[in-house]
This record gives sequence, C-alpha cells and structure tokens, in this order.
Amino acid sequence: MSAPSSSAAPVAGAPHPAALSPSQIPILRVEHLTMRFGGLVAINDFSFTAGHGDITALIGPNGAGKTTVFNCITGFYKPTEGRIALQFGDPVVWDELEALTERGTRSVARANGMLFLLERMPDYLVTQKARVARTFQNIRLFQGMTVLENLLVAQHNPLMWASGFTALGALGLRSYARAERAAIDKARYWLDKINLAKRADDPAGELPYGGQRRLEIARAMCTDPVLLCLDEPAAGLNPNESAELGRYLHAIRDEHATSILLIEHDMTVVMEISDHVVVLDHGQKIADGTPEEIRNDPKVIAAYLGVEEDEVADGGIETRS
Amino acid sequence: MVQEASRPASRVDLVRALREAAITALIAFGMFLPLIGFNTVQNIHNELVLETRWPLLAALVGIIAVGRFLYALLMAPWLARRAMRPRKQHGEGAVWRARLGRWLIPFTLGFAVVYPPLALSVVGFQGAVKWIDNFGVQILIYVMLGWGLNIVVGLAGLLDLGYVAFYAVGAYSYALLAKTFGLSFWLLLPLAGCLAAFWGILLGFPVLRLRGDYLAIVTLAFGEIIRLVLINWVPVTNGYAGISSIPRPTFFGIPFNASDEGFAARLGLEFSPIYRTIFLYYLILALALVTAAVTLRLRRLPIGRAWEALREDEIACRSLGINTTNTKLTAFAMGAMFAGFAGSFFAARQGFISPESFTFMESAVIVAIVVLGGMGSLLGVAIAAVIMIGGTEIMRELDFLKVVFGNEFDPTQYRMLLFGFAMVLIMVWKPRGLIATREPSALLSDYPVAATAPLGPRSDVAEPPLVRGHGP
Amino acid sequence: MEVFTQQLINGITLGSIYGLIAIGYTMVFGIIGMVNFAHGDVFMVSAFIALVTLLVLTTWFGMGSVVLALLIVLIVAMLLTSLVNWTIERVAYRPLRGSFRLAPLISAIGMSIFLSNFVQVAQGPRVKSIPPLFNDVIVLMSSSDGYDVSVSYKQLMVWAVTAALLVAFWFVVTKTALGRAQRACEQDQKMAALLGIDVDRTVSITFVIAAALAAVAGTMYLVYYGVISFADGFVPGVKAFTAAVLGGIGSLPGAVLGGLLIGLIETMWSAYFSTDYKDVAAFSILAITMIFLPQGILGRPDVEKV
Repeated sequence: MSAPSSSAAPVAGAPHPAALSPSQIPILRVEHLTMRFGGLVAINDFSFTAGHGDITALIGPNGAGKTTVFNCITGFYKPTEGRIALQFGDPVVWDELEALTERGTRSVARANGMLFLLERMPDYLVTQKARVARTFQNIRLFQGMTVLENLLVAQHNPLMWASGFTALGALGLRSYARAERAAIDKARYWLDKINLAKRADDPAGELPYGGQRRLEIARAMCTDPVLLCLDEPAAGLNPNESAELGRYLHAIRDEHATSILLIEHDMTVVMEISDHVVVLDHGQKIADGTPEEIRNDPKVIAAYLGVEEDEVADGGIETRS
Repeated sequence: MVQEASRPASRVDLVRALREAAITALIAFGMFLPLIGFNTVQNIHNELVLETRWPLLAALVGIIAVGRFLYALLMAPWLARRAMRPRKQHGEGAVWRARLGRWLIPFTLGFAVVYPPLALSVVGFQGAVKWIDNFGVQILIYVMLGWGLNIVVGLAGLLDLGYVAFYAVGAYSYALLAKTFGLSFWLLLPLAGCLAAFWGILLGFPVLRLRGDYLAIVTLAFGEIIRLVLINWVPVTNGYAGISSIPRPTFFGIPFNASDEGFAARLGLEFSPIYRTIFLYYLILALALVTAAVTLRLRRLPIGRAWEALREDEIACRSLGINTTNTKLTAFAMGAMFAGFAGSFFAARQGFISPESFTFMESAVIVAIVVLGGMGSLLGVAIAAVIMIGGTEIMRELDFLKVVFGNEFDPTQYRMLLFGFAMVLIMVWKPRGLIATREPSALLSDYPVAATAPLGPRSDVAEPPLVRGHGP
Repeated sequence: MEVFTQQLINGITLGSIYGLIAIGYTMVFGIIGMVNFAHGDVFMVSAFIALVTLLVLTTWFGMGSVVLALLIVLIVAMLLTSLVNWTIERVAYRPLRGSFRLAPLISAIGMSIFLSNFVQVAQGPRVKSIPPLFNDVIVLMSSSDGYDVSVSYKQLMVWAVTAALLVAFWFVVTKTALGRAQRACEQDQKMAALLGIDVDRTVSITFVIAAALAAVAGTMYLVYYGVISFADGFVPGVKAFTAAVLGGIGSLPGAVLGGLLIGLIETMWSAYFSTDYKDVAAFSILAITMIFLPQGILGRPDVEKV
C-alpha cells in the first residue's frame, strides 16, 4: 500500500533512539491511523513519523484527508483506530510506549521525558499537556479582540495558575502582577518578531491577511509548544510573503527548538523548507521521504495530475497523444 | 467619487412609490383584517359574536401605506445615495463617543447617588416613595440582573434564557430560610448567592457543551421546569399563593418600624415608610455597583479574557489549551450568584413572593436588556435597563393619554407589545446593541517599551486592511 | 385496556396537531439554521384567524353546512397565516441573515412577545370559546363497567386532514422543483445560489409552507378543543419544538414521529399520573433529548467541521 521510504523512522529492532542524531529521534509517531465517518473512510491505515527538530510537510491533493489527520493529532477528532504517540524531553521514555498502550492511560514520564498517547486526549489537553499547538486553514483569530489580547489569551494557563485561579489575582497580589508583566513581555517579543508591535492595540480583524496569518502562528507559539501544526500557512500569500514565512518558520525551529508539522499546497514553500515530506491521497500514504525524492516520485505526480495509476510508467508519465 | 446630482422627485419615482405603497397596503389589509377589523366579544348569552372596527383598520392600513409611500419616495433613495459615499474613517465616531463615555459614567453615577434626596426635595415625602421605589429600586434591580447576565451572555456569549431560575432560587431561599430559621438578611444574602451559584453549576454542567441555540432552548426549559416545580410543590413553596410575611431588612439590626426601637425613633425623626425605601435604594445600588466592579476586575484577569475569547471562537480557545467547559461553568456560576443576590434582595424588599414573578418573560426582558445594551458593555446594559424598565413604568403615568384615546385606554397593556416590537426593531437596526464598541482589557501602550531588539527582516507593510472584522 | 385505547386515540389526535407545528420548526431550522421562536405564536394567530372566519361565516353569512364552512375556514386561515409569516420573515429575519448566530433567535423572541401581546390587545385577554360544531362519536367498543372507547367525528376529521396535508406536503417536498431547491438550500446555501437557485425566494416559500401547516394545526386545534386564548402559543409551541427535536431536527418524518410521541406521552401522563406536572414532563423531555440525544431519533449526528 504505502511506498517504502528511505528515511524511515526508527522501528522495532533498529538502533536505540538515544544513539541516533537529533533529527532521527521521533517526536511524533502516527501508527495505523484510521478515521471513519459513518460509512466514509477518510483516512485508511496511515502511518508516519516526524523527527525532533524537523520540518515535516504533509501534502496531497484536495480532499486527501490532511486536515482530518491534523484534527486527529490535535485531539479534535477521536480516531477510529490507530496510535498517535508524542514525546519530548529525554528520548529514553520511548521505551515505555508499549507499556503505556497496554495500561490504557494517557501519558507516562520517565527521567526527564514525557510520552503521550494523543488519541486518548481531548483537544485542549493535547495543547495544555502534550504541548502541541496548531493553526487553522481558515484563520481563527479572536477578531474582535486586539492583537495583544490574542497573544495573552494563548498564555491563559500559566496566567491562571499565577493568579491562583483568579482568587489571588482578584486580590491584586504582587505575584500575579509579575506574571502578567512576563506575559506582556513575551507577547511583545513575538510582536516584534512578526512586525506587528505598532498594531498591538488594534482589533485582530483589521490586520492585513498576511499579518493575520503571522499572528495566528505567533499566538500558537505563545503556548510554548514542542510541536507546531500549521494548516496551510502559506495559503493566499504572494511569493515575497511565502519566502518570509519560510524564514519565520526556520527561525521558530532553530531558536525555539520547536518541531513543525505542516500541511501545504505551495510546493515552493514545501520544497524550500521541509526536511521530510509525507504524501497523502484519498486517505492513504503514497510516498514518504525527502523533498527531492518526493519531487520525482511518479505516484505523487500522478496523484496531483489525476492520471490513472496504470498509465504511470517507472520514472515518468506516458502522455496520451 | 460619484457625483449624484440630486434630481427632483420625477414622475417615475412617484409612480413606483405609489405602487409600493399600494402593495404594502394590500398586504397590511390582509394581515390585519381578521384581528383588527373584527373583534370577538361575548354577548349577554355568553356566545361569541363579532364586532367590526373598520375605522381602526382603515387608520392602521392608511398609516402603513403612507409610511411606505414616504419611505419609498424619500428615505430609500437617500439611503442608496449614502451607501455610495466613501465610508467615514474608523476613528472619527469613536473619538467623540469616548469623550461622551468619560463624562457620562461619572455623571450617571453621581445622579444615581443623589437621586433619593433629589426626589424628596422635588415631590416631598409622600410622592417620593413611588419615585424612589417603583422607579429607582425597580430599575436598579434590573440593572443588577442585566449586569449579572452580562457575564454569561455579554462576555462569554452563552445565551441563557432561564436566568430567572437563579433569581427565583435566591428569592425563595431567602424567604424560606428567613421564615424558618430567623436568620438575618445580612447572613442570608451571601448564602442565597452561593446556593444560586451551586444551582448554576448543577444546571450548567450537562448543558454547556451544547451549541448556541440549543443551549438557549435548554436553559429556557430548565427555567420553566423550576417555575412549574415552584407552582406545584405546594408543601414547601406554597404554590401559587406564594410566601408572605417575609422578614424585611433592618438597618444593621435596627428595624424600620414605628416602634421605639425603630430607625425613625432612634434618630429622633417622625416615622415614615420612606426611610426603609431609601435604605433599600442604597442597598440595591451598592449591590449593583459590586456586580459592576467585579465584572470590570474579572475582565482584566485571565478568566475574563477567556470568557471573551470563548464568545469569539470556542474552537480557537480549545486549540490554545483552554478548558472551555470550566470556563463556561465559571461564567454561568458567577452570573447565577449575582442573580441569587438580586433575588434575596427582591424577596426582602417585597415581603411577599410568588411564582408569578419568575416567568420566562422576566428572563426574556433581562436578555433583551443585555443584548440591546450591547454585549459586554456595562454602560450600555445600564442605559438599556433604564430605557426599558423606566419606559414601561412611565407608561403607568401617562394618564393624559386617556383624554386622547378614551377612558378604556390602559397604557400598561401596550407595555409588552412595545417591548417585543422594540426587540425586533433594535435587532434589525443595530444588532450589536446600543454600545457596540469594545474596550480592550489590556493595552500594550500601557506598558513601557522593553529593550528587545526586533529579530528578522524589517518590512514596513503598508497594505490597506483586507478584512474589516468586528467580531461575531 | 379500554382506558389505554381511548388515550391512544386521544394521544394520536393531539400528536397530529403537534406534528403539523413541528414540521414548521424543522423546516425553518433545516433551511436557515434558526430556531423560529415565534412559530408557536404564529400557530396561535392562525387559530384566531380561523375563529374570526368561522364566526363571519356562521353569524354573518349564516352558513349551515359545517363541512363547507370548515373548508373555507381552513383555506382562509392558511392563506392569511402564510401572509403573516411571509411578512415576519421579510421584516424580522431576512435582514439578520448575515449577522451573528444568535441575532435571528433574539429577533424571533421579540416577535413572539409582539404577536402574543398583539392578539391580547386586539382581541382581549379572555379565553374565546365556540360551541361544539359536531359532537357525534363512533363507539368502538364498550367495556363491562360502562366505559366506552369511542372515536369522535372531530378526531376523525383531525386525522383525515392531517394525513391529507402530509401527503400533499410530502409530494411538494420530494417531487417538485421547489422541494429540490429547498433541499439544496438546506445542504449548502452558497452552492445552491451559485447554481441559480433563488435562495431568498426559497426561504420565503419555506416560511409560507410552515405557516400553512401551522394554520391547519390551528384550525384543527380550535375545532377540536373549542377554545383558544392569546397565551396558547407558548406552551404548545415549546411542545411542538420538543417534538421536532425528539424526532430529529431537520428531518420531516422525524417531526411527525416526534409529534405523535409527544402527544401520546402527554395524554398518557395526564391519564395515568397527574395533569399538574404534564407540562413539566414536556420540558423535561426537551431537556433530556437535547442533552443526551441532540440529533433526535431520526436525525444524523452533527460532526462539527474544524
């Protein structure tokens, strides 16, 4: 079913994760993911691995099921079948995977590492505990609230904690004021990074389109994620803006040690910035490898052009004359 | 810029306006014929017979036709011309509105504080009771209820059509506990609030995951169930007869009666019912202001911001790690608590409560006040309460209209009619309410610039805004 | 056993009336996603229109034939109620179509308050009653203790009219172009518009049909119970909405099924338990259904698109 991939993630029997170089340690392992809506099978036995510090792209023609995969990973849908494991900290905790699956609980900690089974967690906990953040295909900013407020809402959980679940904050205690100050500083850092500091007090809905996209990503980053899932971040951007987005994502990956998983249709962006590409068509994986390999994979080309499978000869496509 | 030369009303416009008016008149005639043209009355044999009211029908259809004619001739073209002119810049209207707001709020507060002595000096002791009680206290109760529901509907965006249930819980718990255990008002006030908050959590828990209109209907159902239980559970609530002889509040222990230990006697004044009324007025004013203060404070805390974010986009909230169920429950419980406070005040002020005061109509009125005032705006809600409640109370005073419409004319009958009409009118005209602008809960400009060097390429983007959003 | 059968007959009659009103709720919700809070009051208004028309026919024109009179009453009520509902949609709901989600609901609440108070002011607050038009019954069976299970002509009329109209209505929805347009708008309004369907007109016609069915229900209600008052919009409205939700909001057979179920439950509850709490039963079923089975019996679960 799925084509063998050359940069395969560590599987059973392979060298111990601790011995491998950083980008070969998986941060996310999706195994045999299946999603059924009534009679419709949206995703069928889909497996892939995203490495720590990698920018992994999930591509495929429209309707392939990419956003559904995202929704399963981020807890908005409960998968019909499959296992989605996420790890951060000391990679030795990957050893606990089978035991965790048996036990039926959601997460396990060992040494300095934490391992989560995302299919068992509701959406907000996937962000809160497993530190997976996401953006949406149709931008979901808080349009009526200001740019700054959007970034503050993202820091809700640490601020709630610092405010003693509102009680201490209501009393005006110093510790909360300090936490609020820190939150504003963090917001300011991101505002400067995306060049929106001058518009911090404007309603988010009044920003230009490119600004809104950057803001949504910055807002997701304010939750301190280890994995950032971006749903078509380059949609509607011109080539200049796409290039800038690429630099933005690289900066995020390099400076914040955040792994990135993105759905994208803009091939320039995908080829430019991704370390690893997975291709989905009609809910199934048809290719998995480096951008170079994917670019030349006949099955991928066929899927995008809609050519019949049996017309695809090795290394090229027969053109009909 | 399109130059629209203003032309005199040409024959074509006139004909078209006439045609529109004629069609509208025909439709109005068909609609109003059965219920306005005819009146069903009972004759002496107790049978139902018909009376006709042709003059009234003709007048109504006539007014509508003329109105439509004038609209088609004058208003519609004017509106079309206005739509073609370039839109005013965003900032203009907001500036003078902000100035007005800054002046309006202290003025209103000041007026509210001096209102009782003002009323006393203008109408004297006898007349003032009505003005302070029926107007002042009544309006303030609804202001408080509006501010309480504002947390649920205005900030968190949860449409609660059963708010009156918590009001009832507060009232009945005060009434029953005060009569059975003789506890003081000051102890029962917070207790009633806590009980109401508890019910808020209990009722909120199963329903808060429902979406918008379903949540509204379920809360309505709960409100009605509670009212029906109050009516039918006679051993406890006394059913329709209600609970009477509820202990009245005291001035921190000193009763407001004519005895020698009474408030008046102690201060060396002649006894008058006005003292208790004034005390009640300041009490509800204080309670309402506490509601407002709490709301303002909470807005600046993470929970308040989460409420408003919830109203904007619940899914985005969840994607940021916010447990929206808890957020909704907190809003629900807070709103319920303030309703509980208001309820116990209501019971103490009336001395008598019955299920008739806690109908769905009350919930609808309070929801209307919040929505019409402008979701989330405390000032807007207060203004809406003054207009709606003050307006309906004023209608009782309009005796002079009897001269115009005849002796049987009772303005209070039209109270709810106008109310429903106003609700529809405001929703169609200004769906965001009277005060639709929102004050941000935090401004970057309030915090001095940190010494953070901006990273990344500098690109001064000067694009025109592509999206004009005001939030849902 | 006899009591049960009799209550069954009564329940189905009541359920037919609820079903007709419930279809109105479900159709409007299906096409514009709005709970038409004022629909119950439209039902009440239609009953008043039927009342006035009946009185005009009997007292002014001295019509003797009850059947002919009822037919005319039915047609007039359907026409005028449709006119009323059409106007309401144009004035109170259409301008709000682009606005935030709860705006039409609040407008509908205002309209509901307006309608019931309008009738109260225009016709007086007293309950209006008419003499029974025909009282004959067909006795189905008699028990030993003298309890007769009977079905009255009135009940037969309700059943016949309801069935006839449901068939006509089903025909319109499934076989005609209008019905197709309606179903298209229910699924995807934007796409339907792009394909040339006049969405505004389709919505208007939906409201007209909903009103027509409510008018049938109103006329039947008036003839069957013989009484009507301005306050009779709220509770039957809520019960009919419960029926629509129970059957599956958006599903037309569901509305009919829900109506019958609610009618039966209410009748059985009043007969075997108490009449006092029968309204509580309806509201409780509403709450329970919405919490535990929001898609209803015949509806499909709604998966929210993220």
